Amino acid sequence: MVENTKVEQEQISQAYLALVWWKFKKNKMAVIGGIIVVLFYLLCGVLAEFVSPYPLQYQSDYLEARPQRLVFKNTEGKFSLIPAVYGLEEHLDLVMRKRTYMVDETQIYPLALFPKAAEPYKLLGFIPLKRHLFGVNLKAAPGGYAFLFGTDSLGRDVLSRIIFGGRLSLLIGLLGQVGTLVLGSVMGAISGYYGGAVDIIVQRLTEFFGAFPDIPLFMALAAAIPIKWSPILVYFILTLILIFIRWGGLARQVRGLILSLREREYVLAAQSAGASDARLMFRHLLPGTLSHIIVIATLMIPGMILSETALSFLGLGLRPPLTSWGVLLQEVSTVRAIRFAPWLLIPLPFVVLAVLAFNMLGDGLRDAMDPYGGR
Amino acid sequence: MLSYILRRLGYAAIMLVLVSFVSFLIIELPPGDYLTKKLQDLQARGDRSAEMRIDEYRVRYGLDKPLMERYWIWISNFVKGDFGESFQFERPVTEILGNRIGFTVLMAVSVILVQWLIAIPVGVYSATHQYSIGDQIITTLSFIGLGMPGFLLALLVMFFAMVVLKQEVSGLFSQDFKDAPWTIAKFIDLLKHLWIPALVGSVTGIAGLVRIMRGNLLETLGQPFVEAARARGLKNSTVTWKHAVRVAINPLIIILGSETLPSVVAGNALVATVLNLPTVGPLYVSALQSQDMYLAGTVLIFIVFMTLIGNLLADLMLAALDPRIRLE
Repeated sequence: MVENTKVEQEQISQAYLALVWWKFKKNKMAVIGGIIVVLFYLLCGVLAEFVSPYPLQYQSDYLEARPQRLVFKNTEGKFSLIPAVYGLEEHLDLVMRKRTYMVDETQIYPLALFPKAAEPYKLLGFIPLKRHLFGVNLKAAPGGYAFLFGTDSLGRDVLSRIIFGGRLSLLIGLLGQVGTLVLGSVMGAISGYYGGAVDIIVQRLTEFFGAFPDIPLFMALAAAIPIKWSPILVYFILTLILIFIRWGGLARQVRGLILSLREREYVLAAQSAGASDARLMFRHLLPGTLSHIIVIATLMIPGMILSETALSFLGLGLRPPLTSWGVLLQEVSTVRAIRFAPWLLIPLPFVVLAVLAFNMLGDGLRDAMDPYGGR
Repeated sequence: MLSYILRRLGYAAIMLVLVSFVSFLIIELPPGDYLTKKLQDLQARGDRSAEMRIDEYRVRYGLDKPLMERYWIWISNFVKGDFGESFQFERPVTEILGNRIGFTVLMAVSVILVQWLIAIPVGVYSATHQYSIGDQIITTLSFIGLGMPGFLLALLVMFFAMVVLKQEVSGLFSQDFKDAPWTIAKFIDLLKHLWIPALVGSVTGIAGLVRIMRGNLLETLGQPFVEAARARGLKNSTVTWKHAVRVAINPLIIILGSETLPSVVAGNALVATVLNLPTVGPLYVSALQSQDMYLAGTVLIFIVFMTLIGNLLADLMLAALDPRIRLE
């Protein structure tokens, strides 16, 4: 008998999930957003060392070099389907009094898929690899280089730095969100389930945090982090601050959901059957709020990513040697940088793309989680 | 109604006290702040005048007293209008803020005007022409606008103006007018510069307002009272603007209070920093960067104060508009 209901329950939830999936698939924007999000986490988050053509610490001798254009020629200058780049020649601009680089059309460096890396490296710090996803074919053009998005003021490859920067920026969004999720739903659930004094205290707490505008409070707390602390520690403290500021909103929503769920017959039935508080909470109430929580969480992640970007951009968040999108954009916060090295702005479209993708995914999930609703 | 107002006022007062305490903690938090540094410098000098300055500071900020007492000294001075000294500028905080508050209000008012003047008609059009091509374009644009944070847009605009149009967009005045006295020419110069930050600062807000307006109006337009108005033979535009929009606009008033009013103080701190505007926002950022905590703490309190007032005003306005809320 017990087995029977269990099977039935699973069938129902499977049917629900199938409906959700079916409705989600119909929403093209959401699917595209989802694919982009997965690609971002896969390429930047997991495979950064492999995808980026240069290692993070790599510094070339070419400072603030323009992006090299792709041409379709082989080393002899004949047409070829494999793209290549021209070499760079140093050149002093006497009018502007600065060093620039001219394109040296006699030097042609063909690119290749899976070329041998200049030095073997370790993916995620423990998987030894010898090849990158793409880069200059060092066998055909020894000493060649290719900076498709140009280099920064220290001669580092901008493309590689965007990929590595994405790892930290996206991770802070994910870590911060997981933390917010745990703290927010536990506090919200306790507050909604027990009611009374606990509820009042939690409610007042969330209201109190709600009274502070996000970004200014985040900035003030981040500014209090001592400069001497190690970058990794700063990263975790920043994540903690983000969680600390954001959990209130989620807790409120979870509380509202729990309040409406605990009056449902199935919960009352479980209660009168003698289920413990913990069982009621984790087996019956929280699963019921799960779909809503997932949607809220997805829609909150872009805000987290943007908070980090904004803070690091102002020099209050992550600092070099850490590389995040905000740190990269900080290099282009001066008028001089925008004028003389506008390619340092290239991280910007990546940030916007990631945020848009998350928003599209979250919107689609929200619609899909309610498959019985209209439209 | 009166008891509702009193309850809300009392609640706001309690919040304000709590908030001021947290702001004070934030002021005290950084270990390497300006005051500590300054005291060390003075101590290193070691002469008579330096020692007198140290004593002065000790009394002024109650440095050798416990935390609660220091808080009390600070907050009682604060209430009297003495916000402490900015160590970065070596001037009283009041003076520094006073110089910037005018432009801050100007910026905030222009942003609010631009937002509402664009967002409401667009949102109404979008809702009354649901699923038309125009509506779809507006929906897509507002989606992108929501995902596009203001400070990144400001960077893009800077890039376009400088690299493509070869024009400066930094600041609110041209070089010639920066320190000039107020004339008509200076005012025109201001208007020429003002529209870019006003527009950039509005984009995210416009996108959000359009989406909310569209959603609410769609919901309202489906309600029986709208149908009844139509059945009475009223003109379509009258039904939309006089009946439906008046109801659908309520949530926007909450946003006006809770989000737009605080922006008067810190508003768009990031956009203003990128565009180098003489407003309070960039001041707050630079104060935090150099840990000039009395300045930063004062601005933070004002931001929260504005948020509380904004929430209060919005609640009162809604209560005045909607009798159901009053009775709760």
